[in-house]
Amino acid sequence: MTANANNSHNSLLNVLKSTYRTLLFPLISIIVAMFVAVLFVVWGRGVGFFEGTSLLFKAIWNGSFGSKDSLIETFVYVTPLLFTGLANAVAFKTGLFNIGVEGQFTIGVLITAILGLISGLPAIVHIPLIIVGGILAGAIWGGIPGYLKAKVGTNEVVNTIMMNFIAMYLSNYIVMGPLNKPGVASTPEIRPSAMLWRFLGENNRLNTGLFIGLLLIALVYILFWKTTIGYEIRAVGLNPYAAEYGGISIKKNMILAMVISGGIAGLGGAIYVSGIQHNAMELTGFIGYGFDGIAVALLAKSHPVGVLFASILFGALNSSAISLQLVNIPKQIVFLIQAIIIIFVAADYIYKWIGEKRKKEAMING
Amino acid sequence: MEKVVEMRGITKVFPGVRANDDVNFELAKGEIHVLLGENGAGKTTLMNILYGLYQPDSGEIYVNGKKVDIKTPGDAIKLGIGMVHQHFMLVHNFTVAENIILGKEPKKGITVNMKQAIQDVKKLADLYGFKIDPEAIIEDITVGQQQKVEILKALYRGADILILDEPTAVLTPQEIEELGVILKNLVKEGKSIILITHKLKEVMSMSDRVTIVRRGKVIDTVRTSETSIDRLAEMMVGRKVSLKIDKAPAKPGKVVLEIKDLRAQDHRGLPVLKGVNLEVRSGEILGIAGVDGNGQSELIEVITGLRKSTGGKFILNGKDLTGKSPREIIEAGIAHIPEDRHKRGLVLKYSLAENAVLGKHYAAPFAKGIMMNYARIKEYARTLIRDFDVRTPNEEVMASALSGGNQQKMVAAREINKDPELLIAAQPTRGLDVGAIEYIHKRLVMERDRGRAVLLVSLELDEILNLSDRIAVIYDGEIVGILDAKNATENELGILMAGGSLKNKKEGGIV
Repeated sequence: MTANANNSHNSLLNVLKSTYRTLLFPLISIIVAMFVAVLFVVWGRGVGFFEGTSLLFKAIWNGSFGSKDSLIETFVYVTPLLFTGLANAVAFKTGLFNIGVEGQFTIGVLITAILGLISGLPAIVHIPLIIVGGILAGAIWGGIPGYLKAKVGTNEVVNTIMMNFIAMYLSNYIVMGPLNKPGVASTPEIRPSAMLWRFLGENNRLNTGLFIGLLLIALVYILFWKTTIGYEIRAVGLNPYAAEYGGISIKKNMILAMVISGGIAGLGGAIYVSGIQHNAMELTGFIGYGFDGIAVALLAKSHPVGVLFASILFGALNSSAISLQLVNIPKQIVFLIQAIIIIFVAADYIYKWIGEKRKKEAMING
Repeated sequence: MEKVVEMRGITKVFPGVRANDDVNFELAKGEIHVLLGENGAGKTTLMNILYGLYQPDSGEIYVNGKKVDIKTPGDAIKLGIGMVHQHFMLVHNFTVAENIILGKEPKKGITVNMKQAIQDVKKLADLYGFKIDPEAIIEDITVGQQQKVEILKALYRGADILILDEPTAVLTPQEIEELGVILKNLVKEGKSIILITHKLKEVMSMSDRVTIVRRGKVIDTVRTSETSIDRLAEMMVGRKVSLKIDKAPAKPGKVVLEIKDLRAQDHRGLPVLKGVNLEVRSGEILGIAGVDGNGQSELIEVITGLRKSTGGKFILNGKDLTGKSPREIIEAGIAHIPEDRHKRGLVLKYSLAENAVLGKHYAAPFAKGIMMNYARIKEYARTLIRDFDVRTPNEEVMASALSGGNQQKMVAAREINKDPELLIAAQPTRGLDVGAIEYIHKRLVMERDRGRAVLLVSLELDEILNLSDRIAVIYDGEIVGILDAKNATENELGILMAGGSLKNKKEGGIV
C-alpha cells in the first residue's frame, strides 16, 4: 500500500519533473528573445527600457489579441502553422529533416486551386475532394524524397529543398499559364462549394480549417503514441539500430513518415486555399508557412500539443506586424524574436547532446 | 616502502553518478598494483583523474612525495605517468616505430630522423624483452602486438608509472601469459604498474597488491599473496558469490540451426565470414569462442537478418532463412540478446513497457490493426519485470534510467519470453556485475534444459567454458575447431583462437 502510494507519488513527481525539463528551454528562449527585442527597440527608438518594453508589448498585444479583429487575424495565421508544424513534427520524430514542408504545402495550394474550379459539385463532395487532393499531392511530394532516401540513400534535406523549387515553379507556370485569371497574377477564385465555412462571417477570414487543424493535433497525438506506426517511426527516430533489430524496417518507415508529413503539409495547403486564400497566386518567393512550421515544430519539441502553443505564439507575432509598424517599430523585429527563439531551442538540443555524451563517458569509464 | 603515487580523498561526481567517493589509493615503487572492481565501480575514472583526463571535484594527488596538480595528460606524462587505454589509440597505416615516436619525433633538420627512431624503438624493446618489428605496419600485426606498441609508446615518453586499463580484454590466454612476463620485466627495471581489471584470475597471477573498489568507494587494499579468488570476489561484489554454474549434462536433440558455408563481408567490402559451417541442436548450449573481430559479430548479424550474406545458407528447423528480413526471422523463431544492448537491444528513450514488446509490438495481443493496446503491453512488461527481477520503480520509466545489469535483464526477459526455437546470446553478460551474470547464466541453462537451442557468443573464455556444452572456435571468419566443453582446456582454445592447430596433439579433445 505504502509502496504503491510512493510509486504513484514518484511517477507524478517524474511527470512534473520531465514536463518542467521539457518546457524550461522553450520558455527561457521566448523570454530572452523578447528581452533582446526590447533592447533593439530601446536602441532604435532612443527610449528608456521600460518605455521600450511597454511600447513593444502593447504593439504585439494590440496586433494579436488586443481586439476582436486582431484575435481573429491571429488565428488565421495560426491555422496553416498547425498543419506545417505537425508535418515537421512527424518528420523530426522519425529523425528526418523535412525541409520540403514548404513545397508540399505549395503543391497542396496548387492542387486545391485547380480542383476548386470544378463546377457543379455540391459542397459535401467538393470539400472532401479538395482535402483528399491536397493530402495526396503533399504525400506524393514528400514521398518522392522519402523514397529516394530509403532506396538510394540521397540526402532528404537536399532533395526536399529541390522539390520546394519544383513546386514553386510548377505552381507559377500553372497560375500564370493555363489557369491564369486574365489581368491578375493568380488563378480565378475557387467555387463557393469548395470554400470552407467562415463561421464568423464572410469578412472574417477565420474558417472551419482551424478545427480541422485542432482535430489533426489529436490525430497526430494518437498516431505517435497509440498506434504501431507511431511506435515504429519513433523507434526509427530514436535508435534506428534497435528498430532494425526489432524487425522494424527503417526504409519503410522513412518513406511512410515522409508520406504522412507531406500529406499533412498538403492538407494545410488545401485548407489555406479553401478557407483563407480562395485562389493560388503567383509566387515571387516561398509562401513561408512551411519554413515557419520548422520553427514551430522545434519550439514544440515535436509534441503535437506543443505545436498548438508554438503556432499561437508565431501566429500572434506574425499578425502583429502591422500594429508594430504603426508605432514605428519595423516588423522585422518579429523575425528577430523568432530567430532568437530558434537559436535557443537549437542550443538546448546541443546542450542535451553534450550532456548525453558526458553521461555516456561516465558510463564507459565507470 | 617508497610511494610513487598517492591519491587522497578523491571525489568525482558525474551527472547522476558518484564515480569516486573519497577514494584513497597508493602505488609503491616497483609493484604491480591491481585496481579491482566491477564495471562501473569507478576504477577507470580514478585512473583518468591520475592521467589528467578528468579533474577531481575534491582530493589531492602526490607523485613521488610532491603534491601535484594534473590538468592534462601532458602534465601526467611530464610526471612520468603513462596510460594504455582499453581501446588503443594508434594510427593504423603507420609503422610501429612511427606510432611510438608520434608527437616526440627525433628530428634531423626539419625532417623526422626515421633511422634514429627505429634504433630507439629497437633499443627500448630489447631492454624490456618485447619481441616486435619496429617497421611493421600496425594494421598487419595482432592485437596483442598492438598492445605492446601502446606500452612502448608510454615508455618512450619516459613513463615510470604505467596504467593499463583492462589490458587482457582483447588477448588470447597465451598472449595474457606473455603480457605477464613483460610486466614482470618492467617492474624489474624499476617501473611501477597499475592494472585495471575485473578478472580475478589475472589478479592472482599478475599482481603484488590489490585495491578493491565498489560503487566508487575503496573497500580494502590487500596483498595478493594473502588473499584468495573467493575472498576477492566477495569484496568486489559485496556478498558471497558462486563462480561455477551447476548444470546437468546436456541432452541434445535434433538439429535446430544449420549453417552451411555461410559467407559475408564487412562494411569495407572485405570478407569477414569465409564459409562458416555449424550446427546447433535443441537442448544444448553451443559456445562460440574467439578473439574479438574474427567474425563472430557478423555471423550473428547474418543469422538475425541484420547483415546480408554473400554466400551459403542457414536453415532453422528445415526452413531456409537466408536473406529473410529481421521480422521474418523473428517470426520463424530466432530470439537474440544482442551484444550491444544500447545500440541494438533497447530504445533507451522508450519506456520499459515499450521496450518489452520490441519485435512483436505489431502483433496480437499487443496490437490490433494499427492500434496498440498499451494496457496489455504494460501488463506484459510488469510480468517480465517480476519474473526476471528487474529492479525498477515501474514499467513506465525509460530504459536509460536503469543500470546496465537491469537493462540486460530486461532484454534477456524479452527475448527468452519470445519462446524461441533458437536463442542467440551475444556477450550476454558484458559489463554486468557478478550478481546479474549469475542470474543470466542460470536462465540460459534453464532455456537449454527446456529443450531450446542456445547459441552463445562471448569474448570471456570463462563464460564459454562454464556455460557451453560444445565449443566452436572462430578464427578469421571460419570455424577452426569444435571441442567438447567437458574436455576442452583453456590452452587448447587459446591455440585455436590464435589460428593454431591441434593436429599434432592427441585427438581426444576434438569432436
